[in-house]
Amino acid sequence: MDKPLREAQKGRNSPSLPSKVTITLHVNDVARTLTVAPWTTLLDALREDLDLTGTKKGCDHGQCGACTVLVDGRRVNSCLALAIMLDGAHVTTVEGLAKDGALHPVQQAFIDHDAFQCGYCTPGQIMSAVALISEGRAHTADEIRELMSGNICRCGAYPRIVAAIQQAMAEMGSKP
Amino acid sequence: MTYIGTATSRVDGHAKVTGAAKYAAEPKVADLTHGSVVTSTIAKGRIARIDVSDALQVDGVIDVLTHTNRPRMADTDSGYKDDVAPDGTPFRPLYDDRILFDGQPVALVVANDLETAQFAASLVQVDYDEEPHITDMQRQRDVASVLKAAAEPGANPFAPPKPRGNAKAALAAAAVRHQGEYSVPIEHHNPIELYASTVMYEPDGTLTVYDKTQGVQNVQRYLCGVLELAPDHVRVLSPFTGGAFGSGLRPQYQVVLAALAALALKRSVRVVLTRQQMYGLGYRPAMVQRIELGAKADGTLEAITHDAITITSQYEHFYRQETGWSGLLYQCPNATYAHRLVPLDLPTSCDMRAPSAATGVYALECAMDELAFALGLDPLDLRLRCYSDRDQIANLPYSSKNLRECYRRGAEAFGWDKRNPEPRSMRGGSELVGWGMATGVWEALQMPIAVRIALTANGHAEVSCATSDIGTGTYTIMAQVAADMLGLPLDNVTVKLGDSTLPQSPVEGGSWIAASVANGIVTTSESIRRELLDLAKQVPNSPLADVAPDGVRITDGKLVSNNDPARMVSIADAMRHGGVDRIEQEQTTRVPEDKAHSHNTHSAVFAEVRVDEELGVVRVTRVVNAVAAGRILNTKTASSQILGGVVWGIGMALHEEALLDHTFGRVMNANIAEYHVPVNADIHDIEVIFVDEPDESINRLGIKGLGEIGIVGVAAAIANAVYHATGKRVRDLPITLDKILQ
Repeated sequence: MDKPLREAQKGRNSPSLPSKVTITLHVNDVARTLTVAPWTTLLDALREDLDLTGTKKGCDHGQCGACTVLVDGRRVNSCLALAIMLDGAHVTTVEGLAKDGALHPVQQAFIDHDAFQCGYCTPGQIMSAVALISEGRAHTADEIRELMSGNICRCGAYPRIVAAIQQAMAEMGSKP
Repeated sequence: MTYIGTATSRVDGHAKVTGAAKYAAEPKVADLTHGSVVTSTIAKGRIARIDVSDALQVDGVIDVLTHTNRPRMADTDSGYKDDVAPDGTPFRPLYDDRILFDGQPVALVVANDLETAQFAASLVQVDYDEEPHITDMQRQRDVASVLKAAAEPGANPFAPPKPRGNAKAALAAAAVRHQGEYSVPIEHHNPIELYASTVMYEPDGTLTVYDKTQGVQNVQRYLCGVLELAPDHVRVLSPFTGGAFGSGLRPQYQVVLAALAALALKRSVRVVLTRQQMYGLGYRPAMVQRIELGAKADGTLEAITHDAITITSQYEHFYRQETGWSGLLYQCPNATYAHRLVPLDLPTSCDMRAPSAATGVYALECAMDELAFALGLDPLDLRLRCYSDRDQIANLPYSSKNLRECYRRGAEAFGWDKRNPEPRSMRGGSELVGWGMATGVWEALQMPIAVRIALTANGHAEVSCATSDIGTGTYTIMAQVAADMLGLPLDNVTVKLGDSTLPQSPVEGGSWIAASVANGIVTTSESIRRELLDLAKQVPNSPLADVAPDGVRITDGKLVSNNDPARMVSIADAMRHGGVDRIEQEQTTRVPEDKAHSHNTHSAVFAEVRVDEELGVVRVTRVVNAVAAGRILNTKTASSQILGGVVWGIGMALHEEALLDHTFGRVMNANIAEYHVPVNADIHDIEVIFVDEPDESINRLGIKGLGEIGIVGVAAAIANAVYHATGKRVRDLPITLDKILQ
């Protein structure tokens, strides 16, 4: 269903627009086919096209981390990833973490430790934390702080976020 | 009480960790259009010409709104005055060709999808007739307007207080004097949620607006004023707000633009600002404060003078009372204040977390530290020598003040007695270590508020109020208080807020919502209890037949006599015999003005910094914040509030600063990478202590509020610690490495 925008370009000075592209993303284990502009970010595709608004927009410049999702298991800023480059990729968003109604240990730990206030950066923090644990590189509180520093929490829940990650690591059998 | 005072987890926690919580840009709306804002690139002048033809030719673009083709808007200032607007002429978004600040909205491109709107917005061409602008406070210091002192206490809470005694003479006679000038730059709130509005155009032509705000009813009234709509034509909702910190007290321009477009197009419209555009909203005003202290040799204060110069826009006079905190806090017979206001070609400054106190107390508490060194006294000892049990401005006792205990417990937890008083005397490895402290103070404010409670026969309650939860935990404390007052399990209580059609609430700010809404729930619960008792008396041979209204309480789903717990009627029985399946009460609660007391929260902040002198890097390795704020409703969310305040204080001390290019009148670092805010690696150990502070007169539950107090004093404690570590006194924030290395 590519829809060339070029034919509608009647303006003398308007740059011509490239065609939209149809891609398939495996989002939270469901294949989703969508037609996006070449410059549509993964973030906007999730939020606007797939109504998965759990992934948040806080800057659109890869500066705040609120849009963090897992792409093929790796954490990425979805505002810096173009959707068309991810055709066929497996994307996990915060909506896909809980299984059969049971929260992921990281989600539960965030509630237990009050690791958020307004909740807006929280999905990004949680996705980042899930990836951090699977990366297995953080062994101390200082390493958690360093490796979670791409996710800004303006409410200032950082000490609680570190505590929540430590709890989830212990439960998930990772150190510490 | 089962829930009040406990570490209850947030009732909205599940929604927030699963992504189910819907913020302003997120409701699913059929046939939605997207608006992209075009902003001015000059700071002052007029729009000579806007050429939107290229934008209109992009396929998918529906319309471009400018001042030339917008729908009708109010043409009087009163139409644009929101509930908390300062004096002046409010900004009118998209109203005419005048440009008042860089980043002002000049057009809204509306398209079928977001990408098209954004692309087409880049094609709008604007020509300006530019006029000279001024954005440099230092250039305008000498022409600043002087704010008159309040005629009497409370007459204008933001004007400087009336002087007392003769500070000039007392300073001249003082054994020890200290004078210093302290400056704070423009700071931006930078909530992580972008400012956004989703305006749904309903089939009947009314507007349902999801907005990012701290006050849905303020936005509702404002939109009706700006767009000249009847009150029932606009409903504003904000069930979740992704941080605001004061930036959402006043309605922001995106909601006007989205509503204008919805009316013009008869379509639903979503407008989300960019991070860069959010630097065209309000900000903490830059300021310079001059403080002079005079003391006797024993450390008792003789005189205080506190002068402030703060910035605002050319069209509104925003200011808060920076200077009054100095006169309030410490025993001191002579005090004078002065406040001057500098208008600049910028948007109007606005409230930002602990407005006036975060900044005014910063200056005072750095000055007190300098005075302590001049006197050869321990900084904590100096505070104790100047301790006051009375509000020194109003000359009234406090309803409660347990600051002494904050000092004691904070110092003990921190280990203050192990401090070597000599600057540069403490080291950890290659780093200099510094310990500093400061006092914090804020007001315990309360506002009239209405609460509705509906109780059903199956023992479920719905508690509603048009207040907001901006992350403070309002949902949770409302549920806790209602559960305890109605004797129900927490899970049986549903809280509704963030909807302009709910019972009246002020904006959520000033730390006043927890006390106000909790007190409102207590009052309304009593009405519920009375109605329930009336029903219970209709039960045949009612065991409560002769019981007075205040002779019963509700526990475990039953009305129980206070005198004889064996006499009881269940909620279900009372309603059944009364022939109803639910009862509903709505009460407006107004705490009577207590002119016999002052009402404040206090804190003692202790901070440790480690400074790498070769690199100038400062790390805040430990903070203890001991807070006296009346009854704590929820120890978990309350600690989070204070933790967040401390993190803000660290940002204020070390990181945050909007840098202006005065040639263009523009913020140069209008993004969240170059405007530095604390990240996780910047934050180390923070300990929060709540000291007991029973307060039986302030309100029914003794609540004072916590949103602001956590930041107050933190920047001063850190600046004082930096001095103790390095012997270098940096008096202009933020304390960046270049200032350490100088």
